[in-house]
Amino acid sequence: MALDRWIALVFVVFCCVYGYAAFFTMDQLLPPFMQRNPVWPSTFPKVLSILGVAVGLIVLLGLEGSTKEKELTASDINYRRLTEYKLGQAILLLGLMVAYALALRPLGFLFSTTAFLVAGSAVLGERKWLTMLIVSAIAAGCVWYLVQEVLGIFLRPLPFFMGN
Amino acid sequence: MLEGIMIGLTAALSIENLLMVVAGCLIGTFIGMLPGLGPMSIIAIMIPVAITLGDPTAALILLAGVYYGAIFGGSTSSILLNAPGVAGTVATSFDGYPMALKGEAGKALTIAAVASFSGGTIGAILLMVFAPALSTVALLFHSAEYFALMVVGLSAIAAFAGTGNVAKALMMTILGLILATVGEGALFNMPRFTMGLMDLQSGISFITLAMAMFALPEAMFLVLNPARGAQGQGGAGGKITGLRFSREEGRAMIPVIGRQSVQGFFIGVLPGAGATIASFLGYAVERNIAKGEDQAEFGKGSVKGLAAPETANNAACTGSFVPLLTLGIPGSGTTAILLGALIALNVTPGPRLMVDTPEVFWAVIISMFIGNLVLLILNLPLIPYIAKILSIPRNYLIPFILFFTLMGAYIGQNNATELLILVGLGVLATILRFADYPLAPLLIGFILGTMLEDNFARSMQLYRGLDFIIERPMTLGLLVLAAILVLLPSYRARRARRRAEGVADGD
Repeated sequence: MALDRWIALVFVVFCCVYGYAAFFTMDQLLPPFMQRNPVWPSTFPKVLSILGVAVGLIVLLGLEGSTKEKELTASDINYRRLTEYKLGQAILLLGLMVAYALALRPLGFLFSTTAFLVAGSAVLGERKWLTMLIVSAIAAGCVWYLVQEVLGIFLRPLPFFMGN
Repeated sequence: MLEGIMIGLTAALSIENLLMVVAGCLIGTFIGMLPGLGPMSIIAIMIPVAITLGDPTAALILLAGVYYGAIFGGSTSSILLNAPGVAGTVATSFDGYPMALKGEAGKALTIAAVASFSGGTIGAILLMVFAPALSTVALLFHSAEYFALMVVGLSAIAAFAGTGNVAKALMMTILGLILATVGEGALFNMPRFTMGLMDLQSGISFITLAMAMFALPEAMFLVLNPARGAQGQGGAGGKITGLRFSREEGRAMIPVIGRQSVQGFFIGVLPGAGATIASFLGYAVERNIAKGEDQAEFGKGSVKGLAAPETANNAACTGSFVPLLTLGIPGSGTTAILLGALIALNVTPGPRLMVDTPEVFWAVIISMFIGNLVLLILNLPLIPYIAKILSIPRNYLIPFILFFTLMGAYIGQNNATELLILVGLGVLATILRFADYPLAPLLIGFILGTMLEDNFARSMQLYRGLDFIIERPMTLGLLVLAAILVLLPSYRARRARRRAEGVADGD
């Protein structure tokens, strides 16, 4: 089964769960005065879940007819041969983004951003550590200045133990 | 209309707003050149900036400038590197890149700039004529018609975006609509599908979703496949000299520009069609019209072949503002993001926009003229310098693209959980792109979801049920149109396949 059909299968299951939540768990919480309304908060989700299951099944069962596979150019990606691409780098970068999200508050913007940019370049194979460090630190400083001072959006610059 | 133009002129010509146009165009060109950051991602990054401006006119002018700049920047990288930053400028590289290889990169850039300028300007004139007329009609619409109109818009987007694969596009639209039901809606004052998580109480932020759907997968693709965005690197990116083109070439361009700006504009008005289809169609039409030697020149550096897609894509971008400004319904991913920005600024686009806040409406249109002029006068001479950004090594570029993606989502919400949602949705979007699912319908579905439900609920309440479909003929007509839009492509595909099978059997 091709990837798009697997996705359709997951989507149908998701719609069933969503539909279950809409049909069986939402209406009990409704205050009595709202029950006299022709539209309930669950109405639209109910319609969507039914439509979703129907459309998902069309894709899953290939009722629309299989379209011929698009020809891939050099810059496209064939997911069947995913391991031949730089999959490791991509996963490491995603991991870095998660780490950045978790570190942003406790470690402060300047440190986390510099570390993220340096680590990102390192993952991609860059080894000029000093250049990387200088470029990242300057970039982090500039962005912090623009966001905090010019736009006036608060970004905690320093780690939590060094005050604000 | 004259009065409106005057209001727009006074608003757009203030020093502050002129600076906004210039800044927007420069930022847009700068970032638009980078592989992996299309106009949608750039606008999404700029939204927090626009919102802090506070003034909706200035914000919209800035974002429109960024939009035009990004498309212009995309053409630049198509011409110089054969690496289109945006789908809408792929057709530009057909003739632009060969021209650059011949050592005429400067000329190619000028032609592209002049063509974009003319396309954008003629498009803006058409917009000035058509938008007010359409708004007058749209003022007669009730919530039932709005509901039906949105259904038409969503089906049209699904029908056009998923060429040959309407079901997949519809699936994405429904997923977008489902995501829009998460959180506490204004209509019922009751949290839905939050799974008890506080962070989902206010729903999923549309900037996060936009970043996750477009910027992140593109960056992931760049990481996975180094060949992407690096084709022909260094090929023609060297020196850019001789920005002029000859008088004969100019004369050859005029009819092309005339035809393509009108055609591009109307394609842009259609929901879901947009700049990509306009540019490809424009290129194809001009190649078919051209005769003899002219036609043979296409693909080898033809002036007409470069001018056609450039004119068409800019005219289409302008055209896509028509449904946004008059009906409040975005026809493309980019206008969907603009709509989100407007809502965040407390401006509701739609027919009331012209009546309630004419200065916003007209200032945007006037700033389109100014933006095009800025691109032509200011950006063109700067291009050789801006193009230096293309020589930034990939190892530095990609972490920065990822960082800007994260920042775009973070600044708007100031919530680190948003970043985790971004990464999660981004991975999902990357997988969806592997399987060739179109993502623009998802975002448009998400943005229209709340409005669709509001209008649906309002009509249900007014008519105490589904009677509004029968009692309002226009609603019924629009819903039938929506059904036809969805069913027609698959019917035609099936008939074509049956015919092809028939031929095969006959052999």
